[in-house]
Amino acid sequence: MSTDLVIKVGGAAGQGLQTIGVALAKTFKKSGFNVFATQFYLSRVRGGHNTFQVRVSDEPIRAMPEKVDILIALDEESIEEQIEEMTDGVIIFDNEVIKVNDVKEPFFHVPMLKIAKDVCGNKIYSNSVASGAALGLMCFEFDYLAKVLTEAFKKKGDEIVDNNIKAARAGYDYAKKNFPSDCKFSVSEPSDKDGRMLIAGNDAVGLGALAAGVQFLAAYPMTPSTGVMTYVAANADDFNVVVEQAEDEIAALNMVLGASFAGARAMTTTSGGGFCLMSEALGLSGITETPAVIFLSQRPGPATGLPTMTEQGDLQFVLTAAQGEFPRCVLAPGTPDDCFYMTAEAFNIADKYQIPVFIMSDQYLADSLFTCQRFDPSKVKVERYLMSDEELADTDEYKRYEITPTGVSPRAIPGQAGKVVVADSDEHNEYGHIDQTIENRILMNEKRMKKLDLLREDMEPPHQYGPKDARITLVGWGSTYGPLMEVVNILISEGHSVNHLHFTHVFPLPLEATKNILGNSETIVCVENNATGQFAKLLEYETDLHVSENVLRSDGKPYSPESIIRSMREKGLI
Amino acid sequence: MVSVEDYGEFETEWCPGCGNFMILKAVKRALAELGKSPDEVLLTSGIGQSSKLPHYLKCNVFNGLHGRSLPPAIGAKVANHELTVLAVTGDGDCYGEGGNHFLHNVRRNPNITLIVHDNQIYGLTKGQASPTSELGMKTKVQTHGVFNTPLNPLSLAISLDCSFVSRGFAGDVAHLTELIKKAIQHKGFSLVDVLQPCISFNKLNTFSWYSERVYKMEEGDHSPDDRIKAFERSMEWGERIPLGVFYVNEKPTFEDHLDVLKSGTLVGNKSDPQKVDELLDRFI
Ligand SMILES: Cc1ncc(C[n+]2csc(CCOP(=O)(O)OP(=O)(O)O)c2C)c(N)n1
Ligand code: SF4
Repeated sequence: MSTDLVIKVGGAAGQGLQTIGVALAKTFKKSGFNVFATQFYLSRVRGGHNTFQVRVSDEPIRAMPEKVDILIALDEESIEEQIEEMTDGVIIFDNEVIKVNDVKEPFFHVPMLKIAKDVCGNKIYSNSVASGAALGLMCFEFDYLAKVLTEAFKKKGDEIVDNNIKAARAGYDYAKKNFPSDCKFSVSEPSDKDGRMLIAGNDAVGLGALAAGVQFLAAYPMTPSTGVMTYVAANADDFNVVVEQAEDEIAALNMVLGASFAGARAMTTTSGGGFCLMSEALGLSGITETPAVIFLSQRPGPATGLPTMTEQGDLQFVLTAAQGEFPRCVLAPGTPDDCFYMTAEAFNIADKYQIPVFIMSDQYLADSLFTCQRFDPSKVKVERYLMSDEELADTDEYKRYEITPTGVSPRAIPGQAGKVVVADSDEHNEYGHIDQTIENRILMNEKRMKKLDLLREDMEPPHQYGPKDARITLVGWGSTYGPLMEVVNILISEGHSVNHLHFTHVFPLPLEATKNILGNSETIVCVENNATGQFAKLLEYETDLHVSENVLRSDGKPYSPESIIRSMREKGLI
Repeated sequence: MVSVEDYGEFETEWCPGCGNFMILKAVKRALAELGKSPDEVLLTSGIGQSSKLPHYLKCNVFNGLHGRSLPPAIGAKVANHELTVLAVTGDGDCYGEGGNHFLHNVRRNPNITLIVHDNQIYGLTKGQASPTSELGMKTKVQTHGVFNTPLNPLSLAISLDCSFVSRGFAGDVAHLTELIKKAIQHKGFSLVDVLQPCISFNKLNTFSWYSERVYKMEEGDHSPDDRIKAFERSMEWGERIPLGVFYVNEKPTFEDHLDVLKSGTLVGNKSDPQKVDELLDRFI
């Protein structure tokens, strides 16, 4: 790896750190680098201490290391938080904004406000000065930033664009001229040309839903899921989607079920507490066999927990939520590509098996920016599994819950071909009418549960990374994909025998493939962003495999590769 | 031509003599007289004795959860606005467990009809107080008598500017049929609160108790355009209980605001994954 730098912007909400961070992320991406950016923010609109971190590399990256090379400090807390880790880095600050008593290495004073006022007559351009200064330290080609700023501000008019570019250029020149060791972080530009995307997990889910032809989305806002709702809403008119903000999450999922029953592709988006309120309607989806897609972005609970932080703490809840037993499907994307393609897949599974399907994300995946290849919508197939009017016209009286060998009944929608469709949350007979006889209950319960066997066959096997017969297999699910891949790279380079097995199709587990791959593993280590090893429990319960050790973290922060390796050392695994 | 017979006859689980039978009769008649065929009609309901009604006539049915008859009704109406959608509930179901949905769908104003079997008691769970139970009514739970102020659904709806507010009586099927017809024909959210004697558990508000008190506003000078007068009328309860249409306010429906429905139903739209390609450029 010739280039691997981390730039961190720290400050209060409202200070514009996101503007700086996004501008830098886009600039690096445009020049052909791989970019990964994470956000840490508090549940408040102004103030607090927030950070935006951008990592730039010429290798594929999907994790944030703990080191920081350039810190743009807009508040004192950023410095306190990072100073210990700044072995070889630089802290850019403005002494008009924060006080630093002893300005020597690693501090580098850039008079951002003064430069903005001098060149543009207005200190609001100081954020562009900061972006420029960071690039100056890297002796990066300035034109990329100029292009990014032009795109970002073109709606606001030429004057604003010019001022931002002037401010950025002045910051850039200032850093190049005044920083003592010339081009300390100099990067060579990678050859591969752009055309890739820079995208956050939430936007990728929204795109996946649109590609799948979502027609109705009802939800109640809750961080960190809201981004999907707003992304779909922003494009709803062009894609013939109705987005409705429900009065609560109970209404949201019940509305989705009504729309789905009537034939629309429908989804909801929520997070932990919101999903708690949906659990009864989840069972309604189960017993009425009404397809539903539930996007669940996890944050640390219980109750309100840490609203803006990350955790994988809801898996066991999702697996068992709602009373009674019924089939459900849980998908957990690990990358933006997964977010896109698996969201589309979720709709097809929901329609095929007439069940609720979860897309489980978390704040880390939802809010982080990744570079990835352009998605290919031609790979998305919309499969509705609905009866045709002709098929339906041939039936005498339509049976919504007809007993079939697979357990899946042919599905018609109300108003189709002059027939009526009856769905019920009570136990019902084949026609959908209430039937509480024991014989009927046995038939119907078996019919519903049978669908799980068929569904299991559709579940994709886990993804293996690293040498096949390694001594240690690190098992992960969902958003830990990036950090675990990097851990494997680091440990292999240190001479350890380790690989990574990653699950995106979490429930029902693809049993055979899992057993085949893990059967010969000497040491299975599950790595999860929760306190109790929820996936490890599922894995042991569903297979007869033994998980040797859990590496866990539930402090609200995502995994850095270093933190996983530290835990492994502490546990004597390596 | 659609006839009442097209809606079929089903065996019910109701107590003989219950007011629910009359409401069922009125619903079937109203739908038949409006020429709606069963496949054009969707009935959603919650859970309760009243909420079983959709099972007792031939039509599309979504019998969901206790308190949740309205949300699926809205979802289905948006998905296919050509359906005639009626939500059927009880007073416990609609004003208690589902109170929030009631408030917010009055605000949303979808073109659906809400029929509340208001027996002022919980029937299915065997006689506990409901939000509309009278002060002082003793039950096995409310052992000292009800002391929470009864909810007045009509005043509440009018205060929220509900676009159609009415009350019927299960003891007058002909009048109730006409009310339900008006409610269905009204474009917007229409409330039909129906006084429904529960002969098994409500020994206070019986057929004769209601019959002695109800009168029809149409026979007087009530004008449903006047919100303040309607509000005053809605508070009349005791010696005399008004029936009929209290308040009508024609305003755009929820669906009217949804431009995507102008060219046809949502379920009628075909999707094309390739269309997202243009959105991808914004991430490049
Ligand atoms: C979530 C939930 N809570 C409680 C119940 C039990 N329950 C069923 S019906 C009902 C009340 C019924 O009263 P009402 O809605 O007035 O209908 P009625 O039976 O009087 O027609 C209750 C409490 C339930 N089914 N679901
Ligand atoms: S319990 Fe009351 S409301 Fe229910 S069917 Fe019997 S009489 Fe009617």
